[in-house]
Amino acid sequence: MTELMDVLLFLFLVITAFGIIRMRDLFAAVMMSGLFSLLSACLFMVMDAVDVAFTEAAVGAGISTVLMLATLAITKREERGDRRRVEPLPLLLCFAIGSLLIYGTLDMPAYGDPEAPVHTYMAPRFIEKSKAEVGPPNIVTSVLASYRGYDTFGETTVVFTALVGVLLLLGGRLRLRPSSTMDITMGVDLRAVKRRQAERRQAVVDPSAAGDDAAGDNGGAA
Amino acid sequence: MKHNRILRVPVKSLVPLIMMFGLYVQFHGDYGPGGGFQAGVIFAAAIVLYTLVFGLRRARRAISLRALEITVAVGVLLYGSVGFVTMMLGGHFLGYDRLAHDPLHGQHYGILLIELGVGITVAGVITALFFLFAGRGLRPATRERVEPEEDATLEESFEGAGAVEGTP
Repeated sequence: MTELMDVLLFLFLVITAFGIIRMRDLFAAVMMSGLFSLLSACLFMVMDAVDVAFTEAAVGAGISTVLMLATLAITKREERGDRRRVEPLPLLLCFAIGSLLIYGTLDMPAYGDPEAPVHTYMAPRFIEKSKAEVGPPNIVTSVLASYRGYDTFGETTVVFTALVGVLLLLGGRLRLRPSSTMDITMGVDLRAVKRRQAERRQAVVDPSAAGDDAAGDNGGAA
Repeated sequence: MKHNRILRVPVKSLVPLIMMFGLYVQFHGDYGPGGGFQAGVIFAAAIVLYTLVFGLRRARRAISLRALEITVAVGVLLYGSVGFVTMMLGGHFLGYDRLAHDPLHGQHYGILLIELGVGITVAGVITALFFLFAGRGLRPATRERVEPEEDATLEESFEGAGAVEGTP
């Protein structure tokens, strides 16, 4: 029964992937990618990786779909360009890399093999001792939060850093404005910025064709 | 969408329930599936759902970007400070055994605290990411529309994207 589920879910996964490739309507493609994530979550669920399935369903099917929709709102709904043409070189490259990846999986232990290294190395130790050493019945939590506390700290920092990057790019308050007194060095040559500021001030005092443009820019950013 | 009562009423009643579920996942992560990350995402999903239906302006009036920035930093700091506290108590960085007399209790407190840190950070980051992405095309300082005639299309196309059959 489980095998049948696996086969069906993988089949749907492949169908969805081809659907995404063939679709020109970006809105539908985004929805299909959400479906893809939901199918992956089901697969994780079948594999008893409940925590991973949870994350996949919430992040993949939920949040990233919504983020893609938010992006879609500021672009076009239809993909541009002619997609009927087949480019031989990229196709060949895809096949080459794909076959390399499949070749790489040949070394992997069979699915569900109890003798696989992942089941013989650290997992038995965690399963036997985590109750006495850490406590929580959910061993995944013990591993993530206690045994691998450093890693989780790193992950949290990565999430934090991602937001810092987006804030700098998409503009929260930290924004390099000519009129602002804040000087934020984000790899920006401050002297060049100062020079530009001086030029703009000059342009405001002495309006010409270029000066009008600069003044308009200044007003827009302020 | 603003006038779509059928969507607004269920969403309004669903949002607190989703948030409650997020808290459940957060504090029940030791016993069942879940934990800080998942809880944070679910909590943020509630806010995202609210924003999709009621509009970015109302959501940002409730939760400012500034508050989110502070929240996100507090989460990471909470996590890190647990590590430093365990060090000051004579243990290793993030060695929770020292947090209580009974090492198992210490582990429990430590895990609860750092999961809370993760949850706070993830919820803040995802909400802020969504606000920033959804706010593209709006002027950052005033949050006014850049062009008046684009007002309706942006709002509608974005909000319409959240509906099942809503097309701009």
